[in-house]
Amino acid sequence: MTTLTAKTIQASETETPGTRIWRRFWAQPIALISVIVILFFAITAGGTAILSATGHHWPCDPNTTNLEQKLLPPSPQHWLGTDNLGRDVLSRMLHGAGISLTVGFIAVAVSLGIGLVVGAIAGYFGGLTDQILMRSVDALLCFPTFFLILTAVAILGPSMINIVVVIGLVSWTGTARLVRGEFLTLRETEYVKGARVLGQGHWSIITRHILPNAAAPILVTAVLGIPDAILTEAGLSFLGFGVQPPQATWGNIIAEGKSYLLDAWWLNLFPGLAILLAALSFYLAINALQEAAENRS
Amino acid sequence: MSTMLEIKNLKVGFSSDIGLSPALHGVSLSLNKGETLAIVGESGSGKSVTALSITRLLPSPPAVYQGGEIFFEGQDLLKASDAELRRVRGGRIAYIFQEPSTSLNPVYTIRSQIAEMIQLHRPDVKKTTHDQDAEIIRWLDAVGINEPARRLHDYPHQLSGGMQQRVMIAMALSARPDLLIADEPTTGLDVTIQAQILDKLRELQRELGMAVLLITHNFAIIRGLAQNVAVMYRGEVVEYGETEQILHSPQHPYTKALIACIPRLGDKRRRLPTIESMRGI
Amino acid sequence: MTSFIIRRLALSVVLLFIISIISFFIVTLTPGSPYPWGELNPKISPEVKATFRKKFHLDQPLPTQYAFIMRDLFTGNLRSIKDDRPVMSRILERLPATLSLNFTAILISLSFGTLLGVYAARYAGHWQDMASSFFAFLFIALPGFWISYIVAIVLVKNFGVPILGTQSYGIAFPNELAVILDRIWHLLLPASILALGGFAAQSRYLRATMIETTREGYIRTAHAKGLSEEVVLYKHALRNSIRPLIAGIGMLLPAMISGSVVIETIFAYPGMGRLGYEAVLERDYPTLVALNFVLAALILLGNLISDLLYAAVDPRVRLE
Repeated sequence: MTTLTAKTIQASETETPGTRIWRRFWAQPIALISVIVILFFAITAGGTAILSATGHHWPCDPNTTNLEQKLLPPSPQHWLGTDNLGRDVLSRMLHGAGISLTVGFIAVAVSLGIGLVVGAIAGYFGGLTDQILMRSVDALLCFPTFFLILTAVAILGPSMINIVVVIGLVSWTGTARLVRGEFLTLRETEYVKGARVLGQGHWSIITRHILPNAAAPILVTAVLGIPDAILTEAGLSFLGFGVQPPQATWGNIIAEGKSYLLDAWWLNLFPGLAILLAALSFYLAINALQEAAENRS
Repeated sequence: MSTMLEIKNLKVGFSSDIGLSPALHGVSLSLNKGETLAIVGESGSGKSVTALSITRLLPSPPAVYQGGEIFFEGQDLLKASDAELRRVRGGRIAYIFQEPSTSLNPVYTIRSQIAEMIQLHRPDVKKTTHDQDAEIIRWLDAVGINEPARRLHDYPHQLSGGMQQRVMIAMALSARPDLLIADEPTTGLDVTIQAQILDKLRELQRELGMAVLLITHNFAIIRGLAQNVAVMYRGEVVEYGETEQILHSPQHPYTKALIACIPRLGDKRRRLPTIESMRGI
Repeated sequence: MTSFIIRRLALSVVLLFIISIISFFIVTLTPGSPYPWGELNPKISPEVKATFRKKFHLDQPLPTQYAFIMRDLFTGNLRSIKDDRPVMSRILERLPATLSLNFTAILISLSFGTLLGVYAARYAGHWQDMASSFFAFLFIALPGFWISYIVAIVLVKNFGVPILGTQSYGIAFPNELAVILDRIWHLLLPASILALGGFAAQSRYLRATMIETTREGYIRTAHAKGLSEEVVLYKHALRNSIRPLIAGIGMLLPAMISGSVVIETIFAYPGMGRLGYEAVLERDYPTLVALNFVLAALILLGNLISDLLYAAVDPRVRLE
């Protein structure tokens, strides 16, 4: 059962909501582990990017082919083995990490931006504008998301920018709904009404009164888009519509190794594990955050 | 007069992620068979916590039963096993709660909810639909519901607040409990309905020879209903005794203030008295 | 209830209209040539281009183009680039397979999702809850194509089990029952993998709903009646928590149908998902547009059904 601290609480003891959430977040062991994994991916991706910008590679150049060394299982020289063109899998995976994380963050930024604008307009102005916008959201939600993204990327051509923009364009609906809900509620609060009476302009009301209060739940939901985007990018890469080879992504390592899978299991296992771990740690961390923010009186 | 319920020095607290906040500091009271005891106090005084603690109904976590004893017909309920507790709940100690609209399950008919009680605690009623319906109708009628047969298959949201509370009472009493704990039974209802419900309660209590524990913040309603009263403030019983005596000459300053708050007909005061927070008492 | 149905149907029609507009935009507003198919080669003479433009109504204003495309779509005149067969007939012949796959996957999702969700809610706050939450997120984060490949390879390589398509070829079956079982097996495997993410998401959703429900007053009443924990949970709490779960089917559909694109491809299952992937590879734009539209319409239908189911289970709505 729960262990009890001996001290009793004075009624006047307070802490800010932020401190409380911070404390409750780190009290969960899974939160620490997930954040460490995320940082690990982020640092390796960042470090690899910095290194290659200065012309160095660790452990070796991801694009150097060496046909005599092709399809080697993991060994001390190649920790994760080599692929069908003799390229070191570990190096390729390190570069792939950068792609996955970049796509994840930027796509979420795009969807957050669109969602904020649409949701704010719908929630703040209400009425017919709200109805039209929300029906459009409902309609967009009816589309098979991944397939729509795939179609759009196929039409526009697979490049980093296209992928990021398309994912963002398709995933803003959840954020928009949430933002709209928050705006609708907050619009009716006394301090907003008071501000209107005082003659404050719409923009200033939104930025100074509504947004700060709505920010937390919106951000937490939006951040959920990162693991989704990582998984989507991996899927696109796997199908051949992600960032194109020779640029390495986790998905296309698996894709290029498709034909050799029966024997070269390492071409499937490691990238897949990486995708799983990256997405999983984001989900777990965000869930821990939601649990910490939960109000249980 | 035998003592049915005896609470000795009950201490209850609520744990949170920053420690333990105490709710009850050692509450003691007792109730005899067939009698009514009222627990009066303002919000936060601990009266509901006391009532719910009797059969350990408080969600736990976060509630912690830190100490004391609750003797019901000889058995300490705080130390009873879950199975023993379940035998007492409903069949021997029944509850009615403050908000009848949320206390009834919205997706089941009132017939099925009362039938659940009867099937669990009344082995003397046969399991056939006919017998069950007859018994349920009997109780609906007893609490003053018109045309009970037509109400059997209604859902809770189809009934008014007063009727919902009557259904709750019917449901609680259909198990023929020895003790009924009524936690603010009339607080959420219209003033006009309040009197009716309380009268009904008194009538049924006399018929069934039941003991009643009445929780309320309203001193005015206990007269004529409760033989004894316990006044609670901030987790403690500050005054305890016969109702008439306390109403007549209250000893504790808090009790005095509470009684002074009761509005009276012909009252010439322009301003209703309020109770300032009494720290250190 | 009838007014609710009518309102819901009217809403669906409006949504279908918006969906068709979005599908239209996918085609015409993408950068490049207006109809990306039939890339206009600079070597083609202006007369041919003019004829081409006339044929595809490119000289008309946008709303007229929209009307033409919609007409073509529904009358089956929209033809696939690949084999010039009407797109609609290709899609419709794959419909039953996709429907059975997704329907089975939804059933599996709902049943296992409910079990896991109730289990997690029952032990909320304790290690069982944390363990089930971890596994739920594990399945949500699992890349569908990865696990499909692993399962496919293991089964084929180590057990020699046939898994592709809807039935095993080249095997003589002893009786009808064996044939049916074989088809069920071929359906069950991809459906189960498709259901993995879905059941995990449903279990999280149900857990949250159940925990909220247990804070309601009638749960305290149920305990006060002396009912056991199981009865309180399964009879009183669950019945009130199922409704959001049914509504959640609508949320599940887009992801599930998307997922079937990859799953059908890997398991060579002849459904619309695989058709979609082939169309993408071949840049068969008419098929792609029509497919997105049809799938969206299907999901809309699924949402409508789940909303109606939701209303049917809630006595408060039913009696309005």
